[in-house]
Amino acid sequence: MIMVTKLPKTDVVTVGVGWTGGIIAAEASKAGLKVVGLERGGNRGTANFAMKHDELRYAIRGELMQDLSRETLTFRHNRDQRALPMRQYGSFMLGNGVGGAGTHWNGMTDRYNPYDFEIRSKTIERYGEDKIADGLLIQDWGITYDEMEPYYTMFDKMAGISADETPLRGERSEPFPNPALIHGPELGLFKEVTKKMGLDPFTMPAANNSQPYKNPDGQHLATCQMKGFCERFGCEYGAKASPNVTVVPTALKTGNFDLRPHSEVIEVLHKGGRATGVIYVNTRTGERFEQPAEIVAVTSYTFNNNRLLLNSKLGTAYNPETGKGTIGKNYCYQVIVGTDGFFDDRKFNTAIGSGGLGATVDNFNADNFDHTDFDFIHGGSVIINQSGKRPIENNQVPPGTPKWGKEFKNQSIKYYNRSLNVHAYGAVMPHVNNYLDLDPTYKDVHGNPLIRMTFDFSETDRKRGHFLNEKTKTIMQEMGATHVSENTSVEHYDITTYQATHNTGGVIMGADPETSAVNNYLQMWEADNVFVVGGSAYPHQSGYNATHTLAALAYRASEGIINYSKDGGKLA
Amino acid sequence: MSKHDEKKLDAKGSSRRKFLKSSGMAVGGIAVGGALGGLLGMNGKGEQPPTDTATEETQPAQQHDQALEYFTNRADFDLLGQATERIFPEDENGPGAIGLGVPYYIDHQLAGKWGINAKDYRQGPFFDDKTESGGEVRLGGQQEQPYLGYQSQLRYHQVYDLGIEAIEKYSQETFNEGFTALDGEQQDEVLVALENDEVDIPGIKSSFFFNILRQSTLEGAYADPLYGGNKDMQGWKMKEYPGVQLRYKPEQVESKEFIDIKPSSLHTTFNT
Repeated sequence: MIMVTKLPKTDVVTVGVGWTGGIIAAEASKAGLKVVGLERGGNRGTANFAMKHDELRYAIRGELMQDLSRETLTFRHNRDQRALPMRQYGSFMLGNGVGGAGTHWNGMTDRYNPYDFEIRSKTIERYGEDKIADGLLIQDWGITYDEMEPYYTMFDKMAGISADETPLRGERSEPFPNPALIHGPELGLFKEVTKKMGLDPFTMPAANNSQPYKNPDGQHLATCQMKGFCERFGCEYGAKASPNVTVVPTALKTGNFDLRPHSEVIEVLHKGGRATGVIYVNTRTGERFEQPAEIVAVTSYTFNNNRLLLNSKLGTAYNPETGKGTIGKNYCYQVIVGTDGFFDDRKFNTAIGSGGLGATVDNFNADNFDHTDFDFIHGGSVIINQSGKRPIENNQVPPGTPKWGKEFKNQSIKYYNRSLNVHAYGAVMPHVNNYLDLDPTYKDVHGNPLIRMTFDFSETDRKRGHFLNEKTKTIMQEMGATHVSENTSVEHYDITTYQATHNTGGVIMGADPETSAVNNYLQMWEADNVFVVGGSAYPHQSGYNATHTLAALAYRASEGIINYSKDGGKLA
Repeated sequence: MSKHDEKKLDAKGSSRRKFLKSSGMAVGGIAVGGALGGLLGMNGKGEQPPTDTATEETQPAQQHDQALEYFTNRADFDLLGQATERIFPEDENGPGAIGLGVPYYIDHQLAGKWGINAKDYRQGPFFDDKTESGGEVRLGGQQEQPYLGYQSQLRYHQVYDLGIEAIEKYSQETFNEGFTALDGEQQDEVLVALENDEVDIPGIKSSFFFNILRQSTLEGAYADPLYGGNKDMQGWKMKEYPGVQLRYKPEQVESKEFIDIKPSSLHTTFNT
């Protein structure tokens, strides 16, 4: 029996201190609640990133990422297969440490489309129920875009988002706090060509600040220096909004926030539909503690939110055979396709850029185009980034070039500054066969089961992927590329190649306790004082970058937590 | 007459190889064009070695200018170096893997935490693609092993050990000579076989090793020079990659024309 030290009770405990935990810590502590933030990784700040211009250490070896030797997940494509552990990083990068993935994100800040929040109703309204393919579990989110709008705006102001217009997206109550970032000729070319094609290009909203900015909490953000090294890296200038330079110092400033790094929560304690606190391990000493709390905010990444609930036997696990239960249901990802273009007669300074810097069109996203003649719903954003290309990761060569040797070397060098990429983040619709549960075989460093991902693209995801890939190819050809790459394979999901850290679902929100795990305040239907916040709450995955929506939901949850602390009860 | 036979009849080349082998410096025919060849004087008269084969024209010599932290047998290290050089050869753009220090980069990585897969999930059971149970995984559905990534219980340094051993064995069996004694085209044939899963390596497919070798080579060519490769930022210079820059000015960001930017590394940036 391992000894557990019981600590004094707090008002709120957060499991993880990334964007969601950080936002809740800031808002709740500002409202006078005592908050304990338990973060399994270490603390870090701007001073830790001065030496970060090191592609090998940070981008290739994943310095800032979760240590997979301690914990990973297992994966299989379908229920007939044996799941095997993800022993190394590939398709996505899991965060670790104070700031979480919010420390090493690129900074792309997209609101989801009004269509997303009412996807089922709006699809049926426009196309009829038959439009929804068999096996798809799409459902409304229990909240509308108009209800979400104030929370998106709160994040925009807190993070100092830089952007101008965002055509074909939801209406905004306020302009962006900072003007859009400047950009290079490659984005200019994309905008010019897409405009000529009758599309509506714009510079993507970025959390990489275009000018010095002081946010409403009094935190200062510097001007982005455009030298790349954003995604997989921290920002040494404090120019990229991250929890480390915004909500975490805001929470600490109140005196109500107790930040505890190296504290890994392994169980939510609960009794009679109510959480009493959490058990956590000091990852350095191995000591165990019980942290009692009035409110437990589960604010880790999608996988750990699901795993912690399942390992704690909190909520009802989804059963794919019967369709009953909710925890683990509607796991989604994105179908990401793209086209490399090789320009024999043009050179670009591809090293220059900023993580969130890009141009995009929304014409093929959400329900912004008529799907009557297509046998899929939704779509994706078509994007060109100027994020600063790094040389180990980028050795693109025209089709037909060998993978190594003299010709490969020559072509990969020649095209380093002569190739661009246009890609699409395609939505993925929840399918009855795609879900998360506990792995029967593999364990973490503490001996607790790993989460198991059962996932593959379903037929409509593949069709959406093909559709978007044709768009990226056409745009690249119009941009004047001499050669273009072959289309991306979307036959099966591949966990070994980086695509995006956009994993969602499993603890989804909704209006009905039968089909969702949390209400629209992210409050668990089965435990009033537990709020589960993150990408885990998305009932489907849209065709956008995923951070802004989970951050907005964290503001919504903060409001719920503050209200609940006064009156208790179900908030929705 | 096959290329192989021609090579065998190349008396000069053959005797040079014998000389080096018998001298205990198992560096193969390749090194004779460079420092070691010059040092040994080859034929005892200090003559420049002949450059009558493709090998001698294209293979630069491996300098011994950094610590070896992993390899103990110079022959293994030289085999590694020549394999990386075929993957990323010296050409009119600039140095190849050997000139960039890639073999030292790989040696250092194998000696460190990457070489022992310190941050990988290492708990069993392992179902790699050569075991019976690995087959069961594949038969369970349409799933192909590539979608599941690294499942071997071998650590990277073991993969390299076994891979180098297998390359040498394959070369001997196919050409009756060790890998470093082969000419460039023959070495390429061995690497093609490696890439196509035609070389037997215990526990793994040979393409698995090939892909790691290729990736390590690119890392060594382009990682910051402090890691032992990318000598004098020549990898970056070839690519016109500016390296460590602390800022770009708005006029650089917006420039319609390509701008030449002098590269900088961690060393040049932080040694003030």
